[in-house]
Amino acid sequence: MIITTGIQLAYLSSAALFVMALRSLGQPTTARRGMQMAAFGMLVAVCATLVDQRIVSYEWLIVGLVAGGIVGYPLGMWVPMTAMPQRIAFSHAFGALAATFVGVGEYLHGLHAETLSHGQTLALSFEIFLGSLTVTGSLMAFGKLQGILPGAPITFRGQNLFNLSLFAVGLASLVWLVATPYDVTFFMVILVIGTLVGILMVLPIGGADMPVIVSLLNSYAGLAAVATGFALDNNILIVVGALDGASGFILSMAMSKAMNRSFANVLFGAFGSESGGADEGASASGGEMVAIEADDAAIRLAYSQRVIIVPGYGLAVAQAQHQVRELADQLEKRGVDVSFAIHPVAGRMPGHMNVLLAEAGISYEKLLDMDDVNDRFSDADVVLVIGANDVVNPAARTNRSSPIYGMPILNVQDAKSVIVLKRGRGKGFSGVENELFVSPKASMLFGDAKQSIAQLGVEIKQV
Amino acid sequence: MTPTVIIQLFVFLLAGFVGFQTITRIPPLLHTPLMAATNAISGISLVASLVLAGSNQGLFSTILGTIAVGCATANVVGGFLITDRMLAMFKPAKLEAKESVA
Repeated sequence: MIITTGIQLAYLSSAALFVMALRSLGQPTTARRGMQMAAFGMLVAVCATLVDQRIVSYEWLIVGLVAGGIVGYPLGMWVPMTAMPQRIAFSHAFGALAATFVGVGEYLHGLHAETLSHGQTLALSFEIFLGSLTVTGSLMAFGKLQGILPGAPITFRGQNLFNLSLFAVGLASLVWLVATPYDVTFFMVILVIGTLVGILMVLPIGGADMPVIVSLLNSYAGLAAVATGFALDNNILIVVGALDGASGFILSMAMSKAMNRSFANVLFGAFGSESGGADEGASASGGEMVAIEADDAAIRLAYSQRVIIVPGYGLAVAQAQHQVRELADQLEKRGVDVSFAIHPVAGRMPGHMNVLLAEAGISYEKLLDMDDVNDRFSDADVVLVIGANDVVNPAARTNRSSPIYGMPILNVQDAKSVIVLKRGRGKGFSGVENELFVSPKASMLFGDAKQSIAQLGVEIKQV
Repeated sequence: MTPTVIIQLFVFLLAGFVGFQTITRIPPLLHTPLMAATNAISGISLVASLVLAGSNQGLFSTILGTIAVGCATANVVGGFLITDRMLAMFKPAKLEAKESVA
């Protein structure tokens, strides 16, 4: 009895530490200390669990803990920051797999001991459904982000209808299982359907929509933990699962909003799947892209007062964050005011660009959110767009027929001049023409972003 | 519904509200560390995995439990390490200036 109370009190204190840690994430100055507190909270919870009287043998625990530690260390220390989206997706799969296996194990235990109640079965079925769905969904997302699977949306006729009916069958099995908890067949059916739904859910999601789906899977992983908590009468799992679920939900809403699309549209829309891909430089408005050489671009940058750099996914692909920092340092040495404008959906996960630029050593005070920076573009002499496309497309404001109309964008077109770094003349992910690139203000510097930026740095030194 | 379930629903509801309130205040600047952090914290399913793996409910359950312990531990260890690594990179301007002098 004393032990049980002690364990519960330990869980209570770790729950408090977790909430405080999330609170401290509100500011970069307190965030690190906060997360160290959370790690301590985790240690408390695990140590408390180890004295639980239900645990009778420790050999397997040690095997699991050591194996997990060996796998976890490289996942924490060796993964490059550019690979963060796939790293996060991968560990969602890990977390969900743990939840699913616990669900299966507890169900089997209840089955043999004949202790399954309707309520517990409901929680367990939710757990394995959400869990298995998150496992395969996250692995699919990982595959797409890592480039193992094709990144373009994969669609087939009647896809939404098929997915929805599969989902309905899963739901019906769930209801049936709750009514007759000992019917193992339906438990298996739920598991299989969860697995399939996870795969099918991510198939039609394209690269630029990944931030939404990765956040959504975060939310599902949290809800699976909540279900585990209900099934096992464990409050800490409910608390943490709820925090996790809320976080994923808020992020996916924020991402959808930043693309001006509803959740449903992201999940069922398969945006841009019919577009033709790369095309020649001419646009609907008939303008031509004007190319610029690195030395001219360098002169323009060097003699300006205010420069705003707009990084996009292309920066992460080219891994050019360190070159960008050197360029910014060069400019600042000449007295140029340099800041960075970061769109909420730049990159493949929420906040990805911030981490990359912070990694390169750029202070976070120079990394500005869309709302803060949009008024400042009109003061900027040069805006340097690096591998970003849709998030700076003025068609989102002006062209009602454009598929991205209404999406909040960075007002790059307000600047006095714009230099766009781009690999080639092709269209962006959404396949939409970008009027900015053909406007008289804009000059295009074609080539690999990393090389172009390094060259700009060299040229500026010589100015 | 048993009284326990009712209490659990309260816990869920209130924790959800706390989560919403706290997380909406986190700036977009730190959204990637936030995801890594929630990922690490969600490794709390380790406590359930430990009980399953250690309570001798038959070989199959023990194997499931051990794999679950491994997965959850990997998330905890990897998640906290990577979050810390990321947060260490976020530096204010003053600190940056000091470093470039040194």
